[in-house]
Amino acid sequence: MPPVPPVNVPIDILRFNTCGSVDDGKSTLIGRLLYDSKSLMEDQIEALERSADITGGGQINLANLTDGLRAEREQGITIDVAYRYFATPRRKFIIADTPGHVQYTRNMVTGASTANLSIVLVDARTGVIEQSRRHTAIAALLRIPHLVVAINKMDLVGWSEQRFLEIRAQFEEFLPRLDIKDVKFIPLSALNGDNVVEPSPHTPWYVGPTLLGHLESVHIASDWNLSGFRLPVQWVNRPNNPTDSALHDFRGFSGQIAGGIVKVGQKVIALPAGIVTTVKQIWTYDGPVQEAFCPQSVTLVLEHDIDISRGSMLIGTEHLPGASTQLPAEVCWMHSRALQPGKKYFLKHTTHTVQVAVTEIVNKLNMATLETEEAPAELAVNDIGEIRLRAAKPLVFDGYATNRLTGSFILIEQGTNATVAAGMLLPPREVVKPENGDYVI
Amino acid sequence: MTSYHLDHLQHLETEAIHIMREVAGEFERPALLFSGGKDSICLLRLAEKAFRPSDIPMPFLNVDTGHHFPELNEFRDRRAKQLGGKLIVRKVEDAIAKGIAVPAPGEISRNKLQIPTLLAAIEEFRFDCCIGGARRDEEKARAKERFFSFRDSFGQWDPKNQRPEIWNLYNGRLNAGENMRVFPLSNWTEMDVWEYIQREKLEVPSIYFSHRRQAVRRGGQWLPVSDILPPRANEEVRELVVRVRTIGDIISTGLVESPASTVSDIIAEIAAARVTERGSRADDKASEAAMEDRKKAGYF
Repeated sequence: MPPVPPVNVPIDILRFNTCGSVDDGKSTLIGRLLYDSKSLMEDQIEALERSADITGGGQINLANLTDGLRAEREQGITIDVAYRYFATPRRKFIIADTPGHVQYTRNMVTGASTANLSIVLVDARTGVIEQSRRHTAIAALLRIPHLVVAINKMDLVGWSEQRFLEIRAQFEEFLPRLDIKDVKFIPLSALNGDNVVEPSPHTPWYVGPTLLGHLESVHIASDWNLSGFRLPVQWVNRPNNPTDSALHDFRGFSGQIAGGIVKVGQKVIALPAGIVTTVKQIWTYDGPVQEAFCPQSVTLVLEHDIDISRGSMLIGTEHLPGASTQLPAEVCWMHSRALQPGKKYFLKHTTHTVQVAVTEIVNKLNMATLETEEAPAELAVNDIGEIRLRAAKPLVFDGYATNRLTGSFILIEQGTNATVAAGMLLPPREVVKPENGDYVI
Repeated sequence: MTSYHLDHLQHLETEAIHIMREVAGEFERPALLFSGGKDSICLLRLAEKAFRPSDIPMPFLNVDTGHHFPELNEFRDRRAKQLGGKLIVRKVEDAIAKGIAVPAPGEISRNKLQIPTLLAAIEEFRFDCCIGGARRDEEKARAKERFFSFRDSFGQWDPKNQRPEIWNLYNGRLNAGENMRVFPLSNWTEMDVWEYIQREKLEVPSIYFSHRRQAVRRGGQWLPVSDILPPRANEEVRELVVRVRTIGDIISTGLVESPASTVSDIIAEIAAARVTERGSRADDKASEAAMEDRKKAGYF
């Protein structure tokens, strides 16, 4: 029997992604998590057993659970990110499972962009390799709050504490160069299930939690930004109902709160208009509320009739964002046509799409050394680097490190409409300023 | 002290509302696919949450295969009317008559014929986006689907060439003739759907609950006896206490023997279930049906 989540007890969602090289046992680890947490159904287990009879010499291959459809493998299709779901009585989990072999940077950025936690797998026999550094660097770049280094295949190094400590020391050599606050090292064997769901009898020297125990208990409540109110307007809500006078004049601004808290009666600034007004009502389908917070979806009614449309942003009067046409950013390039200075793209940021031109490629990150190369000619697919953009209209934004939702963007190629880059804005040089009691950009 | 904390359903809800509003904001002529099934029932509630007090700014579209459970169509029509929405129904039968959908010789199932019927409806109304209730946990292939799933001018999905989806920034840009399918429930599981139905006190068609029905055993499934699916000469008709777990056409939807008569019962049943939701669909693989057989044999 799978654990039955008590329906009335609030449980939250932890999103995590897994990354590792081809032979690190990533698929086996996910399979083991699902299998040992009793998240698999009989038909799935039976399908596994059947494939074991055919290919596995009788041993169940847990990797078959995640390694796509047989037809897909036959056609040689590389599907980038697959999402999987399981639950325990403590939490619901969303796994972004990213294959490590082809297009790994692009895949990992995609899978990790919404993650609370990232699992980097290391083979205990080989220790830290370039891929381990690369994955850790991307997790740091994306500001994933929690990192787990899963040191796998411990059974193949005789459950040696010495080896575990060596690998941890290898990580600790380069971790200080990356800004990651919470790192957990766990020795395990995905194949045999040691320290995945059940504690291992082979690691008496390890006193920490199992992997699942850690996933269930890691503190994620504060991962959202609750300072500095931001509401990117998605949709103007105008019922225009001629028969209902209450609705006839209703004009609300709908969106998902991207940062902070908003209260009825509080002053907000509408950007780019730069006009201050007051929150009259916070409208929701379930009735009006006195306050709302990130990442809730709400509809705000304001005191004054201001020109606000999709792409505008309502902000609080503290923790002000920047507003500029000059945009410094780190980007991960995802397309085979390289990024070069002078090229133009569409940039989508919050609910706002503008044209931008690349004015400069400042540097490129060398993943092997984690050093930067200055002024490269271009950024090719899977490259990460710092660039400068000039936008046709000012963008209201925060640094990505401050706010993931108002500090991120994608670039879209004109013509094909392909999504070609994931971008993280660097902190604005100056913030919007109050002037004569009003706020202007 | 206020707790600024969302539980899992509230998280899934705000994510889905955000996606629906992105559709309203970025597309000229969106539609919402509404069948009357449990997933699209949740979609409609999410649309209310996204757009009220305004009208839901898109029509509801359903492709009627002609093999629907009558209870489903009755519910579909009633619910659309309650919400004051415009319901567009396009029938496979009509598409066959017009030569838009051409059945293979001897083809009884309307499953494949839905596709040309849907594409014709998209063309007829020039829809640039259709919101659907599909979920990633339904099957392996769906685990790789995007929230915003791009279709070329032939309505085709190219899994090799999907747009990467990063943070909550969805790329909805299209050239003429291209189309988007959007799946706000991508991250929901079967359990989440029923918990949401319970929390929101949503009505669902009666066939989801335990009832008596005549059925025949075929291909390892209990299939409902109807005008379209009469018993064969050698088949024994049994009256069983059943419900449907997932609704397909009346000729291919396996009935599950179940006493579950409330949403709470269904949630308890799913929590204890040992086969996946798709395990009860005859349009799925024979191996899964065979599994069901063994389970039944073991159970009795």
